[in-house]
Amino acid sequence: MKRDDSKYLIIGNSVAAVAAVEAIRSKDSTGRITIISDEPYSVYSRPLITYFLSGKVDEKRMFYRDGGFCQRNKVVTILGERVMALYPQEKKVVLENGRGFHFDRLLLSTGGTPIIPQIEGKKLRGVFTFTCWNDARQVRDFIESQKIRRAVVVGGGLIGLKVTEALVELGVEVTVVELADRLLGATFDRKASELVKNYIKKFAISVLVNNTITGIKGENSTVCGATLRDGAVIDAQLIVFAIGVRPNASLAEEAGIEVNRGVIVDEQMETSVSDIYAAGDVAEGWDTLMHARRPLPIWPVAHRQGSIAGYNMAGFPKKYPGGFPMNSVELCGLPTISAGITDADQEGYEILQDYHPRERRYRKIVLLDNRVVGAIFVGNIDRAGIIIGLIKAGIDVRQFKDHLLSEDFGLLWLPQDYRKHIVEGPGIEV
Amino acid sequence: MRRIYINEDYCIGCRLCEIYCLVQHSHSQKIIKAYKEELPRPLARVLVEEQGYLSFALQCRHCEDAPCIEACITGAIGRDSNTGAVLCDENRCVGCWMCIMICPFGVINMNTEGKKVASKCDLCYGEEEPVCVKNCPNEALVYEER
Ligand SMILES: Cc1cc2nc3c(=O)[nH]c(=O)nc-3n(C[C@H](O)[C@H](O)[C@H](O)COP(=O)(O)OP(=O)(O)OC[C@H]3O[C@@H](n4cnc5c(N)ncnc54)[C@H](O)[C@@H]3O)c2cc1C
Repeated sequence: MKRDDSKYLIIGNSVAAVAAVEAIRSKDSTGRITIISDEPYSVYSRPLITYFLSGKVDEKRMFYRDGGFCQRNKVVTILGERVMALYPQEKKVVLENGRGFHFDRLLLSTGGTPIIPQIEGKKLRGVFTFTCWNDARQVRDFIESQKIRRAVVVGGGLIGLKVTEALVELGVEVTVVELADRLLGATFDRKASELVKNYIKKFAISVLVNNTITGIKGENSTVCGATLRDGAVIDAQLIVFAIGVRPNASLAEEAGIEVNRGVIVDEQMETSVSDIYAAGDVAEGWDTLMHARRPLPIWPVAHRQGSIAGYNMAGFPKKYPGGFPMNSVELCGLPTISAGITDADQEGYEILQDYHPRERRYRKIVLLDNRVVGAIFVGNIDRAGIIIGLIKAGIDVRQFKDHLLSEDFGLLWLPQDYRKHIVEGPGIEV
Repeated sequence: MRRIYINEDYCIGCRLCEIYCLVQHSHSQKIIKAYKEELPRPLARVLVEEQGYLSFALQCRHCEDAPCIEACITGAIGRDSNTGAVLCDENRCVGCWMCIMICPFGVINMNTEGKKVASKCDLCYGEEEPVCVKNCPNEALVYEER
């Protein structure tokens, strides 16, 4: 094999890539693996960038795997280099500097790209997106060097609110501007959104909903404020856009691989071109609740898809049964978990709930045909995983429905044949 | 690997396993101190579920295909290469609770006193046998390779 030829080539160096490497190496201890990433770092945990910004996680604890990971797994890494083109026929990718890499099997784990709206002033100093470690470093340096006191975060989803939390911990006053009529609208229902909104207000966070910014004002090419859709002007020296991430699928698209919103993959995570796989935020996998393909840009899905891709790339067929959206987001000390279909008001859905707004506790379970299809937990997340396990398994809960939200709900209420086989594997039973 | 197996037919719900587990995972490892003096208060990593005549003690199953390992955003949860146990490195855990979201057994808890971390069974790392097993009067918990 020539120096730049690999049996396995992986683009992107994040969780899907790591899971793929671990799967490949469990089956093939020698086949050459090369990872190319445009970020200059060894594999780190992307969700920790807000913790890095606030200082809760230091440089050393940012890394997802220890320093010996690549050596142990015999992985060659090419860091700080961007893949510019993919030639499926020649089984080759090319870097910006012209260097080419051949592969037998390729994994696209290029993740997502933050969306930046086309508005006036977006090029000013002090405007950021927030999806990679360098963003966190730049925002931190900017805040320190410019003594930033006030910021606007555009977007009240997971990333926007986690950035807000970090900024507040740094003593920056934040206004969150959200286009929809509530926070975390994609994953929460109205009650949960309201609880979170009322709670975070206590941390000097202003929340504006049904609104967006239409322009950024500058002075000496640096941000000094934001104009809102309703005409109001907010004084701020820092603007962070967190309005969403879309699959980073351009490489695949330009190479003629089938792309919808994300790269389309089959159950084995293979794209429309054989020997080319995709996993993680770039891919469009199967949503078992919506019965449709769609991007599921969350960590556990990226991990599982990467692993499935790895096994298949190594010649060990494995199928991805699909997943569904879920997340755990703690904000300023308030834990929340949501999963599946959480805001169903159509006929046919049955709602169970336990709502204590004053104590900031809310638990809700959404049922369809006696099966759990969604859940929200705010304030009290104890044993939430059991309920989410029921979503995954599609268990009929008729017999114990009344107990799902009781204080002592546990595995004991579940049908014995289910609890004995929740997770596949030797001896893993209850 | 050796795992803890549950014999629910022998469990009488005495909760000695919870007590021994809490003490084992306390600083002092002394029962009175652990319960009455320690701050943050230690947590038991085993939980007895009980309803009528049915009861069993439940702790991490140390799944072969562990969902918590893949959900952990920091890499704090991983498999010990010697024992096969699924362990949480509390120094790296940031308390995001992704593991609580994904564990279908509901056996990972929030430890919110002191540094917030996910608290789970470590099979009593370093001991010959987990203390819940050792101190179960009825062999309702056994530790073996099957
Ligand atoms: C602030 C923040 C908080 C989050 N919190 C959570 C959370 O709590 N829970 C959760 O489930 N998920 C969370 N997520 C989402 C989670 O991080 C992603 O789902 C996960 O990182 C996806 O992993 P991936 O392997 O698909 O790719 P990514 O982590 O997106 O990595 C892709 C990599 O590929 C590189 N790349 C792209 N194109 C090229 C190219 N052409 N050449 C070379 N390299 C390229 C990119 O630079 C990047 O380094 C969060 C995300 C952010 C930003």
